Amino acid sequence: MSNKDAYWNKTKNHMIVTLVLWAFFSLVIFMFGSELNTMSFLGYPLAYYMTAQGSLLAFVIILFWTANKQEKIDEEHGFSEREDD
Amino acid sequence: MFKGDFIQNLPKIYGTYTGGFLVFIILMALAEQAGVSAKNIGVMFVAFTVLIYALIGYLSRTIQVDAYYVAGRQVPTVFNGMATAADWMSGASFVALAGGVYFGGYTYMAFLVGWTGGYVLVATLMAPYLRKFGCYTVPDFIGTRYGGNLVRACAVFVLFIASFTYVTAQINATGTIASRALGIPFEAGVWVGLISILICSMLGGMRAVTWTQVAQYIVLIIAYLIPVFWISSNVGGGIFPHLMLGDEVARLGELEQQFGLVKNSAADMKAAGVPGGLKYISGTHSGVPEGGMAVWKYLSLAICMMVGTASLPHILMRYFTTPTVRAARKSVAWSLFFIFLLYSSAPMLATLSKLALMDPNLPTGIIGKSISEVQSIEWVQRWSEVKQVFIADFNGDGILQLNEWFMRGDVVVLATPEVAGLPFVISGLVFAGGMAAAMSTADGLVLAISNALSHDIYYKIINPKAETSKRLLVARVLLVIIGAAGAYIASFRLTSILGSVAWAFDFAMSGLFFPLVLGVWWKRATREGAIAGIIAGIVSGTVYLTWVFPKFSVPLWGGVNTPFLGIDHLRFGLIGAPICLVVMVVVSLMTKEPSAATQKLVDDTRIPTGKAILGKQH
Repeated sequence: MSNKDAYWNKTKNHMIVTLVLWAFFSLVIFMFGSELNTMSFLGYPLAYYMTAQGSLLAFVIILFWTANKQEKIDEEHGFSEREDD
Repeated sequence: MFKGDFIQNLPKIYGTYTGGFLVFIILMALAEQAGVSAKNIGVMFVAFTVLIYALIGYLSRTIQVDAYYVAGRQVPTVFNGMATAADWMSGASFVALAGGVYFGGYTYMAFLVGWTGGYVLVATLMAPYLRKFGCYTVPDFIGTRYGGNLVRACAVFVLFIASFTYVTAQINATGTIASRALGIPFEAGVWVGLISILICSMLGGMRAVTWTQVAQYIVLIIAYLIPVFWISSNVGGGIFPHLMLGDEVARLGELEQQFGLVKNSAADMKAAGVPGGLKYISGTHSGVPEGGMAVWKYLSLAICMMVGTASLPHILMRYFTTPTVRAARKSVAWSLFFIFLLYSSAPMLATLSKLALMDPNLPTGIIGKSISEVQSIEWVQRWSEVKQVFIADFNGDGILQLNEWFMRGDVVVLATPEVAGLPFVISGLVFAGGMAAAMSTADGLVLAISNALSHDIYYKIINPKAETSKRLLVARVLLVIIGAAGAYIASFRLTSILGSVAWAFDFAMSGLFFPLVLGVWWKRATREGAIAGIIAGIVSGTVYLTWVFPKFSVPLWGGVNTPFLGIDHLRFGLIGAPICLVVMVVVSLMTKEPSAATQKLVDDTRIPTGKAILGKQH
C-alpha cells in the first residue's frame, strides 16, 4: 500500500470515529430524551441541558479534537503543510 | 493601516476597535444620564456602527481577482472563525432564537443542535478538501471535479434557490431593525439596509465582507451577552446564568403546573382579535414530549438543519479564505466556538425572560395579576401600541392567565432588557447587534450568489476570455442587482411567500450535499451521476414542498395533504437528499468510470500538501 493510500485509510477511519461521536451527541441521546430528563446535571434536567448547551459544547470539543488528530495523521505521513504556506 | 503587515496587526486593530466600541457604549450611557432621548440613542448606535462597517468596506477595496473572491486566502484561523460566526448568525438568530425557545421549549431546541452539529460535517467531510481544491465558489468545485458546464450550471441553480430564499429574509430583518431604530417607514428601512450591505461588499468583495464580518461579530456578541448577564443578576439568576439557572428551570416547571398549560381554540383567538404572528405559551419549557413521533420530529428537524448547514454555499465559501488546509479545519472549530457563545445564551435568555413574566414573587411578574394593572405597565403599553403584545381575557375573570398573554417572539430579545429594568442604552445596543447580525449574513449571501453568477456563469461559461477588470465589473453589477432584487421583494413584504429560513437548508441539502461529499469521498462518482442527482434531488424536494405546504398545495394539488411520516415543510430535505443520493449512485454506476485525470484530481484533493487543483488566479 502506498503512503497516500495509508494516509487516506487513516483519514477515513478518523472521519468515521468523528461522525460516530457526532451522531451520539446529535441524535442518539435525543432518542432517549424523556428517560434522560429524569436525571439532572448542574440542576438542569439532563435532556434539556444537552439540547440547550451540552451537545453544543460537545461539538466544539469534537471539532478541536478532530482537527488536532488529523494534523497528527498529516505529520505521520509527511503531508503536513509548512507553517508559512 | 490596511497595507503590508495588516494581517500581523489584526489582533491590535480589532482589539482597539472593541475597546472603542465599549467606550462608545459608555458614552451613550452617559448621554442617557444627561437626558438624550431613547430614540436618539438608538439612532446613534445604528448609525455609528454602520459607518464603521462602511469605512472598513471602503478601505478593503480591491482590483485583484483572488482578493475579491477569496480575500487573498490569507485570513487567519481565529478571525475567519469570527467572520463565519457573523456570516452564520442571522438577524433571525439574533432576535428570534430566544423567542423560539421561549415558546417552543425543548422541541424548538432541535434547531440549536441542528445549527451547531452541522459544523462537524463541514469540518470532516467538506471544508479542508474544498480549501485544498482552491476553488472560488462552491459550483466551481462541482464544475471542475465533475467537468462540464451543465453540472456547473445545475450547482449554480441550487445555490441560487437556497441563498435567495435566505437573503430576502435577511434584508427584511435589516429593514425592520433599521426602521425601528431610525424611526423611518419599513420600506425606507429596507433600502437603507440594502445600501449599508452593498457599501460593505461592493468595493472589496470577499475581502471587504471578511473584515466587516469580524467587526460585526464583535458588536453582535457584545450586544447579546451584556443583556443576558445583566438581566440574570437583576432577576436573581446569578452572575453566570449558563451554569446557574437549574433552580429557575425547575421553578418554571412548578409555575406551569400552577397556572396550567391551556391550548386556545382558533375560534376563540379569532374572536378576541389576536394579531397575527403573536404566540402564547402552551408547551412545557424543559419537559420532553412523549411518544415516538415527538422523538422523530426532533431528530428529523435536527438532521435537516445539520445536513443543510454543511451544504450552504455562503458558509462553505468562508473556508476558501484560509491560508492552509490545516487552517481551514481549525477555523471550523473556531467558528463553532464563536457561534456557541451566542447559541448557548439564547435558552438562558428565554428562561430568564419567562421567569420574569411568570413568577408572581418577582416585581416584574404579570401572569396572575389583574388585567387592568398589567395594562397600566409602561412597557406593556408601548409594545401593545405596535401590536407586539396582546391581552385577551378569554374567561372574563379580569385576571391575566398564562394562555391569555400573547407576544411576538422577537419581543423576548428586544423588550426583556426593559422588562428587567435595564437602562435604554442596552436596548440601543441590542438594535446595533441585530443590525450587525442581519447585515453580516445578508452580505455573505448576496456575495455567494453574485460570485457564482459572475465566476461560474459569466466567466466560466459565457466569456472565458474576459479580462480581470471586466470580470470584477460584472461581479459588482450582479451584486447590486441581486441585492436590489432581494430588497424589492422584502419591501413589498412578499417574504411570506418564500416561507421559512429553514427552507434554504432543505433546498441546499436536497441539491448540493451529496454531490459535494461524493465528489471528495467517492472517486467513482461521475458527471452524469452528479447532474442526475442534483436535478432529481432539487426537483423531488421542491415538488414535495409544494405538496405538503398548504399555501402551495391548495392551488396546485387541490387540497391540504397530511405530511408523509411527519415530514412537513420544514423538513422536505429529507425527501430531496436521499433521492439525490440514490439517483447519483445508480447513474454513476451505470456510466463510464471517471477518467484517470479526474481520479488523480480527487487523489490530490485528499492530501493537504502540494499544489491546489485550481491556480491562485483562475
